[in-house]
Amino acid sequence: MRAGNPPRIRGFPQFCNPAASIESPALAHHTSYAAHIAGSQTDAALAIRGLVKAYVRGKPVLNGITLDIASNGITAIVGPSGTGKSTLIRCINRLVEPTSGEIIFEGRNLVTLKRSDLRAARRRIGMVFQEYNLVERLSVMENVLSGRLGYVSPFKAWLRRFPQSDINEAYALLESVGLTVYAHARADALSGGQRQRVGIARALMQRPKLLLADEPTSSLDPKTSVEIMTLMRDLSAQRSIPAIVNIHNVELARRFATRIVGLSGGAVVFDGAPGALSDPHLKQIYGGESWLDGRDN
Amino acid sequence: MSAAAAAVVEREWKRYSTGERLARFMVYVTIVAAIVLSIRTVEVIPDFILDAPEQIADLLKRMWPPDFASYPKEIHAALLDSLHIATVGTVFGVMMALPFGFLAARNVTPWPWLNWAARLVLIATRSVNTLVFALFFVAVFGPGALAGTLAIAFHSIGFVGRLFSEALETTSPGPIEALRAAGAPVASVISFGYWPQVVPAFWSLVLFRWDINVRESIVLGLVGAGGVGMALDNALNLFQWTRVAMVLLAILGVVIAAEVAVTYIRKKII
Amino acid sequence: MAATTDSLLNRSAIRPANWPVRFAWLAFALYFAYALSHLELTPARFFAGLDYGYKFIAKLFPPDFHRWELLLKGLKESLEIAILASVLGLVISLPVSLLAARNLMPTWVTWPARLLMVLCRSFHPVIIAILFVKAVGFGALAGILALTVASLGFLGKLFTEAIEEISLKQVEAVRATGAPFMSVIAFGVLPQVFSRFIGFASYELDSNLRNSTMVGIVGAGGIGGTLFAAFQRFDYDFVCAIILTIIAMIIVGEVLTHAAKKVFRA
Repeated sequence: MRAGNPPRIRGFPQFCNPAASIESPALAHHTSYAAHIAGSQTDAALAIRGLVKAYVRGKPVLNGITLDIASNGITAIVGPSGTGKSTLIRCINRLVEPTSGEIIFEGRNLVTLKRSDLRAARRRIGMVFQEYNLVERLSVMENVLSGRLGYVSPFKAWLRRFPQSDINEAYALLESVGLTVYAHARADALSGGQRQRVGIARALMQRPKLLLADEPTSSLDPKTSVEIMTLMRDLSAQRSIPAIVNIHNVELARRFATRIVGLSGGAVVFDGAPGALSDPHLKQIYGGESWLDGRDN
Repeated sequence: MSAAAAAVVEREWKRYSTGERLARFMVYVTIVAAIVLSIRTVEVIPDFILDAPEQIADLLKRMWPPDFASYPKEIHAALLDSLHIATVGTVFGVMMALPFGFLAARNVTPWPWLNWAARLVLIATRSVNTLVFALFFVAVFGPGALAGTLAIAFHSIGFVGRLFSEALETTSPGPIEALRAAGAPVASVISFGYWPQVVPAFWSLVLFRWDINVRESIVLGLVGAGGVGMALDNALNLFQWTRVAMVLLAILGVVIAAEVAVTYIRKKII
Repeated sequence: MAATTDSLLNRSAIRPANWPVRFAWLAFALYFAYALSHLELTPARFFAGLDYGYKFIAKLFPPDFHRWELLLKGLKESLEIAILASVLGLVISLPVSLLAARNLMPTWVTWPARLLMVLCRSFHPVIIAILFVKAVGFGALAGILALTVASLGFLGKLFTEAIEEISLKQVEAVRATGAPFMSVIAFGVLPQVFSRFIGFASYELDSNLRNSTMVGIVGAGGIGGTLFAAFQRFDYDFVCAIILTIIAMIIVGEVLTHAAKKVFRA
C-alpha cells in the first residue's frame, strides 16, 4: 500500500465491539476481494492471504487477515491487547501455527513448508522480541553471532568457529548499535535498552529480507523506546529491509511507521498512512473515549 | 436493624476445603498404618533391641586404638584406587546420562512416549544399587576396577539424568524461541539456547554425584570390584577390629577431603 | 573513536581466552588418562568382556518368578526396614538439626551436633550396616539401625540448611509476642521449613527404599540377602525377577510420594 492512498475504513464484523460505529459493511467484502485480485500478482515482500488462527475451535483470534507488505518501510500494527497482534506476527514465521490461509514470502507459501524449508525461510526473517530473548549467560558477541546459526553447521557453532566475514560483520553491527565496548560482556550485565540493541543486531546479522518486531519497546522507558525505534528505522532503511512492528504506543507508531495497520477483533479495521490515523479511527480500533481525552496533545 | 443482624452470617475460617481435608487425612492414616504394620510384622527379637547399646559399646571398645601402622601398606593404594574408580565412573556416567536427560525433558523432546521411555531408563538405573551393578559386572568382567567403574557409571545415569532433565525443564523459553525464529537447527538450539542456561546446575549436580560416588566406590571392594572395600572386608573377616578402625578413619578422611574439595570448587564455579 | 576501540579489541576473537579454565581442563584430561591406565581400563578388556556380557544378559531372561513367596517375604522386610528407618530418622534428625542450626544455637551446641551428622553421613550405609550386624546380629534390626543413622546424616544436613536459610524476622516477631521457646520454634521456625520438609521426607523415603534393598547383601535383612544368595547360586533368572520387582517397588513408591506431595501442597 503506498502512502498516497486514502485510508481504508473497513466494516466491523458482528462479533466485535458493538458500541463502535459500523461503516459500510459492504465495503468489507469489497476490499478483501480487491486484495485477493491484487494478491495474485504482487511484488510485495510479504503477502498474507486470508490468515485465520483459532486457538480454540470456533473462536478465531485472527479472522481472515489479508495484507501486502511492501519491500521497504515500517508497517506498524496497532490494536488493543488480545486482539491478535502478537499472534499475527508469530504466524508469519510460524512460531504459532496458522489454522488456515496463505503467507507468501519469496515466492513460497510459508504455511505449508516442511521442517528444513521452514528453517531456510526463517533465517531470512529476523525477529526482535519484547523481552529481548537473549541468552543471558553468553556474551554480547555470541548473542549477535547466534543470528547466523541458521547458516553455520552445529558443530562449528559449538566450537564457535564462525567465518571471519561473520565476525567482522558482527563487530560492524555492534558499532552501528553503539555497543562495541560491550562486545565481550555477558548479556545479563546490560540494561534493557542495551539488550534490545543486541537483539536488533542479532536480527540484522541474519541479513534478513524481512524484519519482525513483537512489541520491541513495551519493556522500555519512553526515552529508550524512541532510541530503539529510531535505530530500527534507520538500520532497516539503510539495508532496505521492510519491517513489521507491533506497537501499542500509538504515538510511537505515528512517528516512526510509514504505514499503520489497525487490528480489532481479529480483522484489519484501518490501513493507511500515519497522518491519516485520526481519533474516530482510534476509537474504532481501541473502543472507548476516555483514554483519548487523557492524552497530551 | 434486626434484619441487618440476621444478615450477618457466621463465617468459618478453614484452612482447607473438605475434599482437601479428607485427602490429607487419608495420607496421614496411610502413613500411620504403614508404620504400625511395620512395627508389628518386622522380625526383630526384642531382646536384641535391649542388648544393642551394650553390644555397640563393646564393638567400639574393641576398635580402639586404631592400628595406624597398617596404613601405608595396604590402605593407601587401595584408597587412591577407590578415588580413581569414583572419578572415572562419574565421568562415564555423566556422558551416558546426558542424552537421556535431554530425551526426558518435556520442553526439549516434545514426544511423550520418548519422555517416558527415557524416564524408565533413568528410574531403572537409579533403583538398582551400585553394589548390585557391581555384582553383575564382576560376573561379566571379572573382579577388579573395571567392574567397579562400570557399576558407578551405570548407577549414576539415573541421578544425573533426572536432575539434568529437571534443570532443563526450568530453562526460560524466550531465547529458545529467538533461536528457532532465526532458523537455527536443533543441535544449535540446544548448544546455544539450552546448554548455557543449565551450565551452573550441571556442574553442581556433577560435583554432587561425584561426592556420593566417592562413598559408593569404597564399598565396591566388598563384592570384589576394587578399591579399599577389599581391605575392609579382609580386616572384618579376620576380626581385626583395630585394623577395621584404621580403615574407617582413612575412609572418613577421604570423604571429608572430597566434601571440602567440592565446597571449594562450588564456590569458584557457581 | 572506532579506531581506538579497534586497537583495544582483538578483532578475530569471539570470546577472550580463559587460561585458568583451559589449564584446569588440561590437568583433568591428564589425570583422567593416568587413572584409566592405572586401573587398566582398556577398551580391549571392555570388548572382551562384552561378548560374555551378551551371554550373561541372555541368562537373566526370562525372569523366574516361581519363588514368589521368598521374593515377597524379602520385599516385605525391605519395606519395613525402609519405613521404620525413615520414621526414626525423621524423628531423631529434627531435634538434632535444630541443635545444629547456627542461627539458633550457640557454637558449643552446634559443633557436636554437626560433627555427629557428618559422621553419620560419611560412611556408606552398607559399612554402617556391617558394623551393626557385627554388634546386634543378622536381621532387620541391624538394617533399621543402619539406615536410621544414614538418614540422620543426610536429613539432618538438609534440615539444618533449610533452618539456616529462614528469615529471622519472622522468628523475632513471634518472640516479641512473649511466646515460650517451643512456641517460637513451632510458629516461627517450623512453618518456614515445613514446605521443604515434605520434599526432604519423600526424598529420604525413596533413598531408604533403595538402600534397604542393598543392606541385605551384608546380612542386615531385606531383599538384598535373597538377591545375593541367588547370585551366588547362579540362579540368574531369579535375580532378574528380584531386580524387576525392586524397580517396580521404587516406581510405586515414587508415584505414591508424588501423590502425597500434591495433597499437601493443595
